[in-house]
Amino acid sequence: MIMTCAIETEGISKRYGAAMAVDSVSLCIRQGEIFGLLGPNGAGKTTLIKMLCTMTEPSAGRAKVWGYDVVKEASSVRMNIGVVFQDITLDDRLSGRENLDLHGRLYGLDRREREKRIEEVLSLVEMADRADGVVRTYSGGMMRRLEIARGLMHQPNVLFLDEPTLGLDPQTRVRIWEYIKKLSGEEGVTVVLTTHYMEEADHLCSRIGIIDRGRIVALDPPQSLKDRLSGDVVTLKLDGAGDAESLAAVYKEHGLGGVISCGEREISLAVSEGEKKIPHILGLASASGISIQSVSLHRPTLDDVFLHHTGRAIREKDAGEAESLGHRMRSGRR
Amino acid sequence: MVRIKKSRMNRAFDAAATMWLAEMMRFWRSKSRIIGALTTPLTFMLFLGPGLISGFQFRGGASLDIGFFAPGLIGMSVLFASLFAGGSIIWERESGVIKEILVAPVSRFFLALGRALGGVTIALIQGILLLIFAHLIGARYESLAGVAASIAVMALSGLGFMGLGIALASKIDSSEGFQVIMSFLTMPLVLLSGAFFPISDLPPWLSGLVHLNPLTYGVEAIRCFLLGQSSIPVSVCLAVTAVFSAVMLWLGGRMFGKIRV
Repeated sequence: MIMTCAIETEGISKRYGAAMAVDSVSLCIRQGEIFGLLGPNGAGKTTLIKMLCTMTEPSAGRAKVWGYDVVKEASSVRMNIGVVFQDITLDDRLSGRENLDLHGRLYGLDRREREKRIEEVLSLVEMADRADGVVRTYSGGMMRRLEIARGLMHQPNVLFLDEPTLGLDPQTRVRIWEYIKKLSGEEGVTVVLTTHYMEEADHLCSRIGIIDRGRIVALDPPQSLKDRLSGDVVTLKLDGAGDAESLAAVYKEHGLGGVISCGEREISLAVSEGEKKIPHILGLASASGISIQSVSLHRPTLDDVFLHHTGRAIREKDAGEAESLGHRMRSGRR
Repeated sequence: MVRIKKSRMNRAFDAAATMWLAEMMRFWRSKSRIIGALTTPLTFMLFLGPGLISGFQFRGGASLDIGFFAPGLIGMSVLFASLFAGGSIIWERESGVIKEILVAPVSRFFLALGRALGGVTIALIQGILLLIFAHLIGARYESLAGVAASIAVMALSGLGFMGLGIALASKIDSSEGFQVIMSFLTMPLVLLSGAFFPISDLPPWLSGLVHLNPLTYGVEAIRCFLLGQSSIPVSVCLAVTAVFSAVMLWLGGRMFGKIRV
C-alpha cells in the first residue's frame, strides 16, 4: 500500500497537570507538502511538534511519523526526521561547518557523505562563503539558515520547523521563506512548520491547520480557508463601548448573519458584494441608534479566518512572544 | 534517506566519539578554559604543596614530602575537573541547545558516556601536568609502569565523578543550584579523602567517614602506584574505584536519558 500520510495522528493528546496542551488531535500530513500549524503562543503547536519528534510522550492517542510509531519506534522516527527547534541550538563556539559535521557524525554519516552533504546543504541556504566563521559571529538570520541546513544534513523525510522566523526582521523572514520553498522542492522533504504569523502560513503552506487551546479548529489550504468566509469582510468601529453585541443581534435579525467577530467597539461581518451592502449595514446601525466611527472593507485574510474559528485575534497572546524571544537571547549567551 | 549500513553498536560508539570530539573542540576553542586547565594544577602545586609540606610533621621529626601530597593534589584536581564538567549540561538544558543532541537517533547512554570521556580527558591532562610538576619539584616515583597505572586510576576515578556530575546536572534545574551542590559535595570529598593527611592513624569516627569516601580509594591507589606505599591494599582500592565508576556512569547515563525538555 502506498503511504500517503507522512504523519498520521489519532486522538493524540498531552496533558500537563489539569491543562490539556494538546487535546485529541487527529490529522494526516501528506508526503511532500508544506504543512503549517497556525495558532497563538500557548495554543499547543510546540507541544504537538515535540510529541511528533519523540521529545515528549503523548498522554493519550497515537501518532506515526513516516510509518513509525512515535513511542514504540522512536529511534526509527528520529532517523527519518530533521528538527529545527524554536531556540537556537547551535554550538556558537564552533564554526558553521563544524556544527554540520558534528551533526553528520551523530547521525552516522561517514566522512565522504558528510563532506558531500555539507556542501549541498550550505549551497541550499547560500552560506558556503560563511561556513568557516564561528557561529557566535553570525546574525540571527544566518543562524536560522544554518540550523535549517543542519536539519537537512542526514536527508530526513520530514523536516520540522518550530517558529522558523520568530524574532527575525521582515527581510530576513522573506529570505527564510524562500529557502523553505526551495528545500521543499529540491530535497522533496515534507515540511511541518509552526507559526503565529498569518502571512507566513499563507505564503508557504499548502495546507494549514489552525490550532487553538490544543485543538485543531480548521484544516484546509489557505485559499479554501479564506473562501469559507464568503465575499468580503466589512469591519465597523463603533463610538460607544458595549454596542457591538446589540448591533450583531440586529444584523443577524436582518439576514447579515456572517458575524466573524464582535469586540467591544469593533464588529466584523462576512458578506458578499460588500461595497453594495455598506449603505444597508450603516443604515441598520443608525436605525438602532448606534453611531459608527469608521468602516472598512477588505478581502478576507487568514486573520479573519483565525478570528472566525477561535473567536479571538491572534495578537491577544503576543505577550508570550516577548517571553520566548527573551529565551532565545539567553540561548545566545555563553 | 541516507542508508545507514552501520550496526546499532557501531552507531552508539560513533555517537560517544562524536560527543567526545565536540567536547575537545569546545575545549580547544576556549582560551580561558585552556588557561584554567593548565594553571589550576600549577597553582595547586606551587602554593598548596609547599604549604602542606611545611605544616605537617610527625612526632618523630620526619616530615611528609611532596611525593605524599602529589597523589592528593591529583585526586582533588581530577575530582574538580570531572564533577564540574557535568555542569555544562545545565547550561545546555537552560538554553535548549541540548535538544539537538537529544533528538538524535542514538542511545542516550552513549551520548552521556561520550561527554564523560570528554570531561575525563581534560581532567587527565590536568592530572598528568600535576604529575610532571610534582616530579620537577622533587617527587620521586617508583617506576614508569607505576606512573602509567596511576594515570589509568585517574581516568577510572574521573569517569565515576563525571558520571556523578552528569547525574546531578541532569536532575538539578539551575546552574546556581548546581554550584551550591558542588561546593557542598567537593569539600567533604576532598577533606575526608586522605588527600592531605595520612589515614592510618585517625580516630575511628573519622576513619569510618574516610573509608566511605570513594575519592579515598582513588587517591590511595594513585599513591600506591606512584610511591609503592598505601594504607589500603591496592586491590581493594582498584575494586572500589571500579565499582564506584561503573555505578556512577550507569546512573549518569540513566539520568541523562531521562532529561525532558
